[in-house]
Amino acid sequence: MNYSVIVEVTLRPGIADPEGATIERALPTLGFSGVSLVRAGKLFRFSIDADSPENALATAQSLAERLLSNPVIEDAVARLDEGR
Amino acid sequence: MARIGVVVFPGSNCEYDAAAAVEQLGGSAELIFHSATSLGDLDGVILPGGFAHGDYLRPGALARFSPVMDAVAAFAAAGGPVLGICNGFQVLTEAGLLPGALQKNRGLTFLCQPTTLIVSSTRSVLTRAATLGAELVVPINHFSGAYTCDDETYASLVADDQIVLRYRDNPNGSRDDIAGVANEAGNVVGLMPHPERAMSSLLGSADGRVLLEGFVGVGAAAH
Repeated sequence: MNYSVIVEVTLRPGIADPEGATIERALPTLGFSGVSLVRAGKLFRFSIDADSPENALATAQSLAERLLSNPVIEDAVARLDEGR
Repeated sequence: MARIGVVVFPGSNCEYDAAAAVEQLGGSAELIFHSATSLGDLDGVILPGGFAHGDYLRPGALARFSPVMDAVAAFAAAGGPVLGICNGFQVLTEAGLLPGALQKNRGLTFLCQPTTLIVSSTRSVLTRAATLGAELVVPINHFSGAYTCDDETYASLVADDQIVLRYRDNPNGSRDDIAGVANEAGNVVGLMPHPERAMSSLLGSADGRVLLEGFVGVGAAAH
């Protein structure tokens, strides 16, 4: 089977996020108030051949931790893209 | 004469400057393409600045998987001197040869300017010829140069004297003003500033010489 997977990579809690902070500061100037805790990250979408959804997810999580994220500063979470 | 290899990744752009600096200091420089699987008979390796593999994903993230990096890791594990400059420093942290990570600069600006560095340890192959506490003017040229690590890593860096260079006036938000770190043994060093661009007072500063002299000299001493 072929499974669609999404991986989200975000900075770990406590790691400074200058990009998120800059976006947060820009929002009030556009008239958006009350927005806080903005964190910027990356999203990856791909397909994996696997014999079960569990195995597809395990492969995705493994490659996300090995390549798509830097575990020193980032967390990576893989999930199945149920919509596709 | 010390034989220093300079690794060329697709997107490296400081390899000729690094090689020229090595030769000015009496060493011989050899360019090594990233697809090489062995380093040959070398006394030291430099990973130069640039944008290896386009800096896609994260700086250094893809370069880490270049075939030559297995040879660099083996060379480092055997005690061989390894120096990562700017993008080369990012590659070494991604490869796990140096602790920590380099994040986007505080303020999200690309910085290209002279900086004043303070020699914080002389226990590394890069700083062994320098004087503890000396101030050196060396330029930086980076977007992701803010040195980051967790508290546990930071404590071990301090305890093991691995912080080799600090910025006098922190330009990028690096933790504890860190500009360069070494591994525990001191034979692998990375720094964001470019000592190979500070080789002549006619061009702004010659303060990079004492750093690279130390590095090239390690190899010379081996012969």
